[in-house]
Amino acid sequence: MSDLLNIGGKELASRLFVGTGKFARKSLVREVLERSGAEVVTVALRRVDADSEDENILDHIPERCILMPNTSGARNAEEAVRIARLARAAGCGSWIKVEVIADNKYLLPDNTETLKTVEILAGEGFTVLPYMNPDLTAARRMQDAGAAAIMPLGAPIGTNRGLRTRELVEILVEEIALPVIVDAGIGSPSEAAECMELGCAAVLVNTALAASEDPVSMAEAFSLAVKAGRLAYLAGKGPKTKEAEASSPLTGFLRG
Amino acid sequence: MSFIPIYDKYDNTDLEAFLDSVSVKHVERAVRSGRPGEKDFLAMLSPAAEGLIEEMAQRAHRLTLKNFGRVIQLYTPMYLADHCENDCAYCGFSSRGVRAGRKLTLEEVEKEAEFISSTGLKHLLILTGGSRKASPVSYIKECVGVLKAYFSSISIEVYALSGEEYRELISAGVDGLTIYQEVYDRGVYDKVHVSGVKKNYEFRLEAPERAGRAGMRTINIGALLGLNDWRKEVFFTGLHAAYLQKEFPAAEISVSVPRLRPCSGDFLPACTVSEVEVAQILTAFRIFLPRVGITLSTREGARFRENLIPLGVTRMSAGSTTAVGGHTLKAPDGPYITQFDIADRRDVAEIRAMLKEKGYQPVLKDWMDI
Repeated sequence: MSDLLNIGGKELASRLFVGTGKFARKSLVREVLERSGAEVVTVALRRVDADSEDENILDHIPERCILMPNTSGARNAEEAVRIARLARAAGCGSWIKVEVIADNKYLLPDNTETLKTVEILAGEGFTVLPYMNPDLTAARRMQDAGAAAIMPLGAPIGTNRGLRTRELVEILVEEIALPVIVDAGIGSPSEAAECMELGCAAVLVNTALAASEDPVSMAEAFSLAVKAGRLAYLAGKGPKTKEAEASSPLTGFLRG
Repeated sequence: MSFIPIYDKYDNTDLEAFLDSVSVKHVERAVRSGRPGEKDFLAMLSPAAEGLIEEMAQRAHRLTLKNFGRVIQLYTPMYLADHCENDCAYCGFSSRGVRAGRKLTLEEVEKEAEFISSTGLKHLLILTGGSRKASPVSYIKECVGVLKAYFSSISIEVYALSGEEYRELISAGVDGLTIYQEVYDRGVYDKVHVSGVKKNYEFRLEAPERAGRAGMRTINIGALLGLNDWRKEVFFTGLHAAYLQKEFPAAEISVSVPRLRPCSGDFLPACTVSEVEVAQILTAFRIFLPRVGITLSTREGARFRENLIPLGVTRMSAGSTTAVGGHTLKAPDGPYITQFDIADRRDVAEIRAMLKEKGYQPVLKDWMDI
């Protein structure tokens, strides 16, 4: 059975997205992508050094992958839009992860400025994936503004605390027609599987890989967990209950 | 609200009594608690914390990995001018030393820029001495105009400016400010700043917040360790950084831990800070402020700098010189006059190789002119 994720007209077999910010060496990005089979990779344009004679992060991204530059460093819509345009002009394609953060202590996104950015960039033909706080009203507006997917956070960036926003993300999955991709906070493969079991379309990880002792093996572990979670979602999980269920029904006699 | 009332809230003698009374148990609680408060930070700076340095280092390392990854951002200083009208007891550029100041022409600035940019660096810190007359804001602005073509981020370390002046430089292309209070203790500040406009303690103390209000993207502060009891000075630096983080959430706040280095004068430090204590300071900063940047300059020696990296460092200088035109120009006559002695003289290529060897990614570009 084919189960492809369609975003902006692209069909993706892998539902693991990878961030590139924190690795010990740039070449690890290639190894991580190869072992995990991930097809979408995000790169902060602020770190891309086109003039560098040294290795360039973009050189480590295989052809088969979709490059999704992000607007890291943008403090408002105006800056995010400018970074997105620079990214496209630099030949980084037309996918853009909108990241507008005016809070360096918690790195929590600004939904208002993010929405403004989505409106402008979608109008300019970008495939826009906004990183956001999991707020239903904001998500609906992102959808109306032309976002290709939404990327709510599971927990603040880099915390590895897991799907702390579960209740809210479940609502987004239920109510938003766009793919919901959990971005940030996912610390372990089991948490990635949890997101997928809920019906999220994909998961984006960076810190969980980069901070592990063996990022490449961890990437494979995430890839397997994402597949397992997806399969479980498609198979339809049985409902969870707190108490044990009686194996001999009490109302059987009514049907007898 | 300004930082001044926060500073004034703490009384010197209470701090000393507290530092002496801290128990190992309190330090343990501070290190292990998820969100250490101001008193916990002070506890981690106390003599009692020294025995827990390994645990502090482990925690600081994990926090740094999660927040910043295995990544170190590199920059280098460029001294534009060294004229100074202040008399600061501890500084090699002090006005007491009889010497002719030097100031780069725009052609010389370009020459230095070409050289630095050939090393691959994209982040530059430009410095002047404390003389508005010799190196006015208009001159700094002209230099920035030349440098913009070569670098993706330009920070300034100059005399304290007004909010309007910070705004002016930001629109000219400056995105970062480094300014050290030097010493937070008002009495000591007054004593070591013998004469000159720098004597105005509050104007300097409020410089980072003026820059923050003007929209400065990165702000780096610090106290010169050695001018006063370092435990108190580091405590106030931490409070100042926490205040700036809260007041300007969109800005990136970072701290430096400069130990007083031998300079061209004959100043004797009021206290010394050992290597263990530097490690204690660094890890306490990281645990108290997990998202704060920590800058480590070439004031420290090569081996020591390398060992400090996993403890929380996020930014290092490389290929540094503290002399005006030190990268490309010949010394006018005789040796250069330097602000302080460099301890780690390795060039950018060597620092990059060292970082890679240690399992860290050197980042030469982490911003751009948008």
